[in-house]
Amino acid sequence: MNIPKNLKYAKSHEWVRVEGNVAVVGITDHAQHEMTDVVYVETPTVDSRVEAGKECAVVESVKAASDIYAPVSGDVIAVNEELSGAPELLNEDPYGNGWIFKVKMSDPGEVDELLSPDDYAHHIGA
Amino acid sequence: MHGTASLKRTPLYAAHVGRGAKMVSFGGWEMPACYTGIIDEHTAVRARVGLFDISHMGEFLVAGPNAEATLNVLLTNDLCKTSVGQGQYTLLCNDTGGIIDDLIAYRVEPSVFLLVVNAANIEKDFTWMNVRTTKSIVLDNLSDQMAAVALQGPAATNVLPEAQGIPHFGIARLGILSQQCWVARTGYTGEDGFEIVCDAGDARTLWSALLERGQPFGIKPCGLGARDTLRLEMGYPLHGNDITEATTPLEAGLNKFVSFDKGDFIGRATLSGQRTAGVKRKLVAFKMTDKSPPPRPHYLIYVGDRTVGEITSGTQSPSLGTGVGLGYVEAGVAHAGTAIEIEIRGRRFPAVVEQKPLLKRNI
Repeated sequence: MNIPKNLKYAKSHEWVRVEGNVAVVGITDHAQHEMTDVVYVETPTVDSRVEAGKECAVVESVKAASDIYAPVSGDVIAVNEELSGAPELLNEDPYGNGWIFKVKMSDPGEVDELLSPDDYAHHIGA
Repeated sequence: MHGTASLKRTPLYAAHVGRGAKMVSFGGWEMPACYTGIIDEHTAVRARVGLFDISHMGEFLVAGPNAEATLNVLLTNDLCKTSVGQGQYTLLCNDTGGIIDDLIAYRVEPSVFLLVVNAANIEKDFTWMNVRTTKSIVLDNLSDQMAAVALQGPAATNVLPEAQGIPHFGIARLGILSQQCWVARTGYTGEDGFEIVCDAGDARTLWSALLERGQPFGIKPCGLGARDTLRLEMGYPLHGNDITEATTPLEAGLNKFVSFDKGDFIGRATLSGQRTAGVKRKLVAFKMTDKSPPPRPHYLIYVGDRTVGEITSGTQSPSLGTGVGLGYVEAGVAHAGTAIEIEIRGRRFPAVVEQKPLLKRNI
């Protein structure tokens, strides 16, 4: 299972890439592998506020709908518009073109609460 | 993750896990959901051929001079219309016409019938049939001794050429690789193919041999995920979702499997009444007409501001690239072409009632 070293992880299987005070968020390789065949992504709305640990998006695979939880709090400043026409990007490139949204963090300290790559690997039993 | 300790396993369990299948709980069984991916497996069946483990399904043997007459009281279709080597889709109903199970009954000898029933209903069906049988018959539950696989797809006859003479809904006793099996030209995918019932002890050999034989034709082992998307594209109901004891064959649009021109059968009074008066709700197939999340069971169906029904099965159709499903709606709107809306997480998305099958096939 691919778990990049430069990211932080939530127990609910989202990843965060910190770029200054902005967090880029997506789902992990493990998550996309468990869901298989993503067919629809309901992104949060730009300018909406998300709260760490609260559901803020939905990823639908052929078999089920899965809630996505915001790993950090803040205002959504961008969503990945590509996903509307190509939801399979979550399967094909979960850490790259399959990013879901960007948050301007209101409390960057929340990032420290997230799991390190090693801790996430342990969490999923990898 | 829920516990799987109490779930039953088929003789092919180790073969599935060995191939890296994702296992799920279904009808009390631990079954493969998929191996490589639902869409991948779905496509293999539509374009080439796939192999499913259906050993969780139940097999009953009903035999004796009274077998036909007894089954004609228990089941809604008319077994007198079958000759030896023919099967028939039929329904087991309760006294008020509610569907206890849907099944295929095969006449394998003049007075011997093989019934293939749904996994979750094996005990319930068997008990009901025992209690409601008034004449002396042999009624045997062979489910634990038997295994079954479904070979489905346009290349199924390439993989099993010895079975190509079996007609649609026919059944024959065939030796496959020295194993004696019941081979029926049936399935739950809308493709040509076979359902093969064998002794549980022969299942692993048969499974491996069919996969090996199918390799030149691009065969894939397939899980319940693809089984569900394939059957939904055809509009085939799933017992427990689309048909239950709270719904009748007439509401489910299964009228042609209810034979009113035979003698009395369990549920007849209610079903006759519905036939005369009409039903209040009907099971319809629909497809989403705009980009939307996939429809799922229990989402509400609207016409204008009015709730007219509820989804019982739904998914994203890999072949059509859009959401599809089945649901009960008021009879007044149950016509192909009716514009409906599906409410998904508080938003409405447009859909249209469609004729079954949703995916047109040539078989």
